Amino acid sequence: MTAAVREASKASGPPPGTRRSGPRFHIGTTALVYGALVAILAVGAVLVAADGKNLFSTGNIVDMLTRSSLLGFIAIGQTMVILCRSLDLSVGYVMAACSLIAALVMNGSEANVPLGIAAALGAAAAVGLVNGLVITKLKVNAFIATLGTGLILKGWLDTEFAGPAGKVATSFQQFGYTRISLVPLSTVVMLLLAVAGVLYLRKTRAGHHIYAVGGDTDVARLSGIRTDRTVITAHILCAVAAGVAGLLIAARFGTGSALVYDYGLDLESIAAVVLGGTYLMGGRGGIAGTVAGVMILAVLDTVFNILEVNPFYKDVLRGAIIVVAVAIYARRQLSARPSRIRFAAGGAS
Amino acid sequence: MSTGRKFADAGRFLISGSGTVYLVLIAIFAVIFVNNAGFFEAGNLLLFVKKAAPLLILAVGQYFVIVAGEFDLSVGSLVGAQVVLAALLIDGEEARTWPVILLMLAIGAGVGLVNGLITTLLKVPSIITTLGMMLVLFGAIRLLTGGAPTGKLSDGFRVLGNKGIIIESVGVVPWALFIVIAVGVGAVFLMRSSFGRTLVAVGDNEKAAGFAGTRVWWVRTAAFVLSGLSATVAGILVGGYAGLTSQVGDGMEFVAITAVVLGGVVLGGGRGAVLAAMAGALTVESLFTLFTQLEVSSTLRPTAQGLIIIAAVAYASRERSRRHTPHLSTKPAEPNGHHPDRVLKESR
Repeated sequence: MTAAVREASKASGPPPGTRRSGPRFHIGTTALVYGALVAILAVGAVLVAADGKNLFSTGNIVDMLTRSSLLGFIAIGQTMVILCRSLDLSVGYVMAACSLIAALVMNGSEANVPLGIAAALGAAAAVGLVNGLVITKLKVNAFIATLGTGLILKGWLDTEFAGPAGKVATSFQQFGYTRISLVPLSTVVMLLLAVAGVLYLRKTRAGHHIYAVGGDTDVARLSGIRTDRTVITAHILCAVAAGVAGLLIAARFGTGSALVYDYGLDLESIAAVVLGGTYLMGGRGGIAGTVAGVMILAVLDTVFNILEVNPFYKDVLRGAIIVVAVAIYARRQLSARPSRIRFAAGGAS
Repeated sequence: MSTGRKFADAGRFLISGSGTVYLVLIAIFAVIFVNNAGFFEAGNLLLFVKKAAPLLILAVGQYFVIVAGEFDLSVGSLVGAQVVLAALLIDGEEARTWPVILLMLAIGAGVGLVNGLITTLLKVPSIITTLGMMLVLFGAIRLLTGGAPTGKLSDGFRVLGNKGIIIESVGVVPWALFIVIAVGVGAVFLMRSSFGRTLVAVGDNEKAAGFAGTRVWWVRTAAFVLSGLSATVAGILVGGYAGLTSQVGDGMEFVAITAVVLGGVVLGGGRGAVLAAMAGALTVESLFTLFTQLEVSSTLRPTAQGLIIIAAVAYASRERSRRHTPHLSTKPAEPNGHHPDRVLKESR
């Protein structure tokens, strides 16, 4: 993306995805993120207990998990594109569009449920394909390309749908409300998607290509990877994940809604991904960390809600926590550098 | 240089990456003219300038940050925070106008300084730093006012964004025009100074600039401070023009980034001219005017806006890659006086 970034990624040693440095790094940062999650849970529990309430009551646990699923879907997709040094700002609009498409196609009929899901996810994939093509073939910066497609979708949504539209089938609403003991079905689906994503990134060739492209596009291309195809695939996966979030919205609301793009999930998902330890400039990190990042944000929200913190104070705290967390990761990455450079020099001699 | 050469040069510049914006701007103005020649009467043009001024100034600030290789997403909420804060502190009292404006400038510079230091010293990516700052400012200002903006801007405060001085035969020339010209001239001189060259060098190749003796962290931090200051000036103008609402500044960061990128400035740094960034802002504003004239339904505007940004940036990047391939094999760089950035870039 930038000269500075190229330099930064060169300075940090061999592109991850190569077996030697990659996995070790994941475990380190991911463990740190889960440590932070546990710490925040502990601090939250103490604060809530001081208020005379219980953070781990059934209601509160369900609240935390429910909050995490919507952002979780989007953040999982966002991780894919950020890993290959791209970005998707259109996810909120894709989510809104998919909720409408699913609700309109289903139109309350049980028989149309599979068709509705397919139509919504198909449309999402199409948007992802367009994003990927604009970025790779037209060479438009990902920030502008996805901002642009987002605006295009926003115009369509605002023009066609002033209010809620369509009606999902009753059985489909189960996706939004069913719980398996404490865990909402949507969270289970989100976690399954996360596991699938982790396996995709770690075990498949295409997944390794994503790390390679994010680490250094030129090196990846010279190594025989079709970099354009990798980026396009990542964007399609990201948009489809946003589409699943749209399905969840439709299931929860019982109808499609255009206004959900206003939730600010695009920037929040980027924050969650980075909070999860994924390097914003690509090539390092993973979905396991992202899930923890999403959980951290969900726990914060739940704790603030229980303590009845002023919602505006919440924004201040959340902004500060995100910046502090990322500063801590950056520190770790800096201290990890010298040893790796020395190692590279030793290997060359 | 013969006249023919000059025209050819001008032509080449217009279809080049950073010249595209002027072509688009001319095209949009041409359509506006065909539609409604009355737009070009002095009065209407000056009105347009008044409306466009805040975005032009915001684009200058965003340009400094982008050309140094970073982003500033906090400017929108900074504009909003400044206007709301000004209303709260002034509360209709004329005497407080100037002290509050000075305080606003200090706050703007302070916010930029914090953004810059967190980004450069703590190595937090600027997207995250400024996103955090956006959340903090958004929350802080509503916390301070209890949700709805309170207080009142003084008339003296609103003069800068809303009023002008009467000049014979032209009519009322808005103060905003003078401020835009001053900021523009200042920015051009700054970019030609050693600071400006260093800024571009840092955005182009941070390491090389560092090896050449630049204090990279300080140059980038200064860019953020300039962005914070320009957001403050934009806030003063917006406050004057539109008055106090709770939505002031909403989404302005994305419009400003769009404007800068439309001006051919490359995200990631090192390329682009500040005047082109201002032209980009003017293009965005004239586009909005055109949409109003053509009675494009307001809900469809984002669609048109999205298509145009993608098309313009795709065109600019195509031109860039086409223009540069031959240089790899031929002589390193043509002497090219009127476009300093190009020389810098090609001598890489």
